[in-house]
Amino acid sequence: MSDDKHKPEIDEVSGVETTGHEWDGLQELNNPLPRWWVWVWLISIVWSIWYFVIYPAWPVPGGATEGTSGYTQYKELAESQAEIVARQAAYLERFEEASLEQIVNDPELYAFAVAGGASAFKDNCATCHGTGAEGAKGYPNLNDDDWLWGGRLSDIHQTLEYGIRADNWDTRMSQMPAFGKDGLLNAQEINAVVDYVLGLSGDEHHGDAHGAGAEIFQQQCASCHGTDGKGLREFGAPNLTDKIWLYGGDHATVYETVYYARAGMMPAWGGRLDENTIKQLTVYLHQLGGGEESVSNDEQEAIKPANH
Amino acid sequence: MSKKQSNQPTTDNQSLLGYFAKQEKVFPKRVWGQYRKLKWAAMIVLLGIYYCVPFLRWERGPGLPDQAVLIDLPARRAYWFWIEIWPQEVFILTGVLILAAIALFFITSMLGRVWCGYACPQTVWTDLFVWVERIIQGDRNARKKLQQGPWTWEKFYKLTVTHLIWLAIAWATAGSFVLYFNDAPTLVKSFFEFDVSSTVMIFILSLTFSTYLMAGFAREQVCTYMCPYARFQSAMFDKDTLIIGYDSERGETRGKHKKGESWDNRGDCIDCTACVQVCPTGIDIRDGLQMECIACGLCVDACNNIMDKVGRPRGLVRYDTANHMAAKVKGGEEKFKFFRIRTIYYGALLCFVGGLMLYALLSRAPVELHVLHDRNPLFVQLSSGEIRNGYTIKILNKTHDHKLYHLSVDGLPDAQIDVSAAGDIDADSLYVPADSVSSYHINIRSNVDPDAPRDIVFTLEDHDQEVRDTYDAKFITKRK
Ligand code: SF4
Ligand code: SF4
Repeated sequence: MSDDKHKPEIDEVSGVETTGHEWDGLQELNNPLPRWWVWVWLISIVWSIWYFVIYPAWPVPGGATEGTSGYTQYKELAESQAEIVARQAAYLERFEEASLEQIVNDPELYAFAVAGGASAFKDNCATCHGTGAEGAKGYPNLNDDDWLWGGRLSDIHQTLEYGIRADNWDTRMSQMPAFGKDGLLNAQEINAVVDYVLGLSGDEHHGDAHGAGAEIFQQQCASCHGTDGKGLREFGAPNLTDKIWLYGGDHATVYETVYYARAGMMPAWGGRLDENTIKQLTVYLHQLGGGEESVSNDEQEAIKPANH
Repeated sequence: MSKKQSNQPTTDNQSLLGYFAKQEKVFPKRVWGQYRKLKWAAMIVLLGIYYCVPFLRWERGPGLPDQAVLIDLPARRAYWFWIEIWPQEVFILTGVLILAAIALFFITSMLGRVWCGYACPQTVWTDLFVWVERIIQGDRNARKKLQQGPWTWEKFYKLTVTHLIWLAIAWATAGSFVLYFNDAPTLVKSFFEFDVSSTVMIFILSLTFSTYLMAGFAREQVCTYMCPYARFQSAMFDKDTLIIGYDSERGETRGKHKKGESWDNRGDCIDCTACVQVCPTGIDIRDGLQMECIACGLCVDACNNIMDKVGRPRGLVRYDTANHMAAKVKGGEEKFKFFRIRTIYYGALLCFVGGLMLYALLSRAPVELHVLHDRNPLFVQLSSGEIRNGYTIKILNKTHDHKLYHLSVDGLPDAQIDVSAAGDIDADSLYVPADSVSSYHINIRSNVDPDAPRDIVFTLEDHDQEVRDTYDAKFITKRK
């Protein structure tokens, strides 16, 4: 290694000055970086210091240095949320005034309701009914056309507002007797009525329309489920002739249903969600696919008081 | 001794910064000749296109912008004369970039760095800025003397004027760039009314600054140190690529020459350094092909002028290929080979990609249908025993008329389509405004055996049955 600063060596082949460093015959060429490059580097260091001061940067126990600008992403989030709320305000006003009927006929309000309803559903309802409202055993599928208490806008609104077998005076309420447990029917009778009920929805292996099962059905069940088994919405008594079973349509499950009875519950959302959210949810659920024809004008009037 | 000593960056190891090479300011001398003419022509055409295109108009119909070339970011549309591009068609822009890259490879493998020498914005604007510098401060020697000399009143006002003009050009450049993203006449008008949005202002200021910096100061440093293309194009060179070359066989031994002296036993190069003085990157082409050379051809012009003066044939410095030069040394002549494997495959690739793009543009459908199956629930069992599937459909109406579409589905027995939307809308009258996208949620019910998923086909037609699009989808009937 030579260290002669004043007489730089020149490499024969490339014509480039060497650094004077040599390892086993290999020499290092001195191709210097441009000076402006160094300046850019220094400026970026200065920039980073400025950045550290202005913005939250260094992790410290329990958080990070705050930065003089006071910027945080939480604040930015809060600001953009406030912006959205402000933008919604215009809709909300119109929305509050509009009846359910008007909402489903106004493209803007409708879109607002469906979007808001979808997110309110995920927050509040999805725990039981599933994120796609597809339901589960004992929790109705809200996409289908089978409704226990009714699928018109007004029905859905009432169910949401007051719940089912919930803790308030206006809640939807009914009680199926536990035919087996309370000794109203014996095992043989239950089997017969189960066979009859399964036959109602078209399963050919069961159901003798004139047998013992039919007779028991007319005596014990028809008062709520109807003489034809098509159910009665006033009591939330399901239609037994369709293809949809809330708890299961095999013999053993229906036997269990008759023996112990069923009584699903849903909380009343009236006190917990504001009226706008409930209206949004109503429209959202109605458009999932099973919503029934809209309410008539009289019925429209009938919901109005429920809005208070 | 060294060949390159003349332009070896120097360092003085006295201070820390001394380890890094100082930029040697280049003062290119004025030159006139065939390549300089070509460069002026290229500059006028290219700058003309750049500054004027935003003002070209192109009638598209009511409610649509009438600017021929426009990138409308808020509306997410790009317009190029009769071509209109939607966001889902950005692959066309990607295609244009790919096409441009291949065209560059093709040209470079054949003609060398013509892009660098004549067309690259860095070259064009640098050339323009040097021209301004020369008009105000004089030619090479005068500029050198002025800029390196002490501060005088003359230096002060000449530099000020130069920089002000530079800034004005940079401002116009930045302003024009922004015009491609806005309606040009409106924006220009709002400029005069001092009513421009801060976004536009920030863009203009930063682009003004970068133009000023790049063309006024960084210049050849961009080509030498920043530009990746300058580095990787050697991969496209071969011995049959046109380069700027000094015919050392003919030129050496160089030396001063007095009028009337014999040309025997010496080379044609009279060592006047004219080629070095005109070079915008400050290199000596006589040292051989160098990375810094942008193939602008100015040294060719300079040398030809000298040869004319001393009465020797032109072309001591010239556009030539390495193979041809070598062949000449051996006494032979070699033809310029246009058709080489490299140029043929770049050419073929160019045609292929170009054809593909043309096809994509010509087959651009006036309507497009997209169908997305609901994820949750995958299907719904209805009380009647029917099965229902939900889909979100998107209809892209790329025409300039409002349209009603009719949707049908094949592959399902008695399929019934219900549209969930505000008011009464059925699958027969799906409305989509001109030049926009509408999205609908639909439910399809059918009385199918719940045995296996069905393959179904959606068909969308407009009411005049002029245009249609289909989409293949699945109808799911049971849990796995
Ligand atoms: S080297 Fe790069 S920046 Fe310079 S002229 Fe060529 S392409 Fe342009
Ligand atoms: S060497 Fe000649 S062709 Fe290359 S950049 Fe300089 S003047 Fe242009």
